[in-house]
Amino acid sequence: MEMMQVDMLLILEKLLLIGGIITFSLVIAMYTTYAERKVAAVMQDRVGPNRAGPFGLLQPLADGLKLFFKEEIIPLTSNKLLFVLGPALAMVTAMLTSAVIPWGSSIEIFGRNVSLQIADVNIGILYVFGVVSLGVYGIMIGGWSSNNKFSLIAAVRGASQIISYELAMGLSLIALLMMTGSLSMKTIVEQQMSGGWGGLLGWNVLYQPLGFLIFLICVFAECNRTPFDLPEAENELNFGYHQEYSSMKLGFYLFAEYVNMFISSAVVSTLFFGGYDIPFVNEATLALSWGDNIVALLGFVSLFSKIVFFLFLFMWVRWTIPRFRYDQLMDLGWKKLIPLALANMIITAIVILWLNK
Amino acid sequence: MASLTNRVKVLEQQPLSFMERLYLPAIFKGMAITFSHIFKKKATIRYPEEKRPFSPVFRGLHVLNRDEEGRENCTACGLCAVACPAEAITMEAAERQKNEEHLYREEKYAAKYEINMLRCIFCGLCEEACPKDAIYLSETFAPANFTRKGFIYSKDELLIPHPINDKEAYEAAKVSRVEKLKK
Repeated sequence: MEMMQVDMLLILEKLLLIGGIITFSLVIAMYTTYAERKVAAVMQDRVGPNRAGPFGLLQPLADGLKLFFKEEIIPLTSNKLLFVLGPALAMVTAMLTSAVIPWGSSIEIFGRNVSLQIADVNIGILYVFGVVSLGVYGIMIGGWSSNNKFSLIAAVRGASQIISYELAMGLSLIALLMMTGSLSMKTIVEQQMSGGWGGLLGWNVLYQPLGFLIFLICVFAECNRTPFDLPEAENELNFGYHQEYSSMKLGFYLFAEYVNMFISSAVVSTLFFGGYDIPFVNEATLALSWGDNIVALLGFVSLFSKIVFFLFLFMWVRWTIPRFRYDQLMDLGWKKLIPLALANMIITAIVILWLNK
Repeated sequence: MASLTNRVKVLEQQPLSFMERLYLPAIFKGMAITFSHIFKKKATIRYPEEKRPFSPVFRGLHVLNRDEEGRENCTACGLCAVACPAEAITMEAAERQKNEEHLYREEKYAAKYEINMLRCIFCGLCEEACPKDAIYLSETFAPANFTRKGFIYSKDELLIPHPINDKEAYEAAKVSRVEKLKK
């Protein structure tokens, strides 16, 4: 009976955490659309949305409401089951990754030690890769079932792009994993926290700058963001794989892109920028005087500001550079990034062996 | 091949240097440019709250003029309607009655005066044709409307406010017109 009680509490705790993180990601994704429009505007010397509510803050709500009220059109010649499944899959895979990201250290509620991570699986990064590669099915199924040649071309492009860049992404991470020796996201963060200057010198980006660069470029490609937004190239493919979609199904595709951006930013911050580590502060000594909960909260704020920076970077790059041509994309992926990642891996291996001798 | 003019400039297509082939420095340069634009002055004019100042010679909505005592200048001679290339102006004349001297300046006046703003091309020929200084083009433009009928402006919409009964509105409407007269 005693056992049962504890398990129920654990399930409740995890359910609350899952609900919280999903709501949080959705709200962030919502406001990322707003931020994207604002950033685009200020970079083009415009003002951006400012009509709905103060500073246009209600704009994402208005957009969502509009999408809900739009007519739902399912093309006659489409495969209806797959057509509905596509956006759902895109959304689900976008959300799934958040399970292994440590959003903070642990907090204490009613005497229970609650970890701010849904699942500390020991193969966290592998799980991320698995889910990310599932993400292409949303695009693939949506493009295929639309029964439209543009959608199909976009789907094929998207699939080959994601598969190509996953290779370089994985290879760039192998060098990182050789250093950390663990696939668990939490362990990786804790290792970074133990560096000098309150953890700042432990950040992996200082030891793996090339790996970080390759990883970042691949993340851009995986999220289908400019300069790699070929699956939805407006001018050549007419919005690509979600061309036949309308109403909230289109909304799901667009939304999934922003959730993906958010989660990818979280992964990049966790792997390379110390996750919930607060720079220049030693969390352990701070926790003694301020208590665990406040430090955990501050840690979350720290992680969140890193995420916001990367979200801004996504937008910044999008409104700066044009799209790659398809052959250039493949050229960059296969002939530049993969050899670079391999070289990075070998150099890291040599240095590790040298230091351990 | 010999060039026809001597102005041909031969461009040497150099292969990209190593730095250029890295591609990243160029991206950073571009990102610096877009970042600097965040702090630039915005070109947007937030329309209903802010309005772009018009030039004093701007030709906008028409105004039917009154004299200092508030009498309508228009005598319904029809010259503006004749001058109008878009045939946007229609009017009906009427004779002034005994007790109407305070309303109309001369014996004849326009009982009905309509301008179709959908036809009007805002050329200002009516203003030039008018011998009585009765019609002017102001510095506002016709606001949007839901019906075509709403764009046919009748006399009460065109007339300038009364200079004695509604002095403030008259002064406000006059300013732009007076500035135009100085030109």
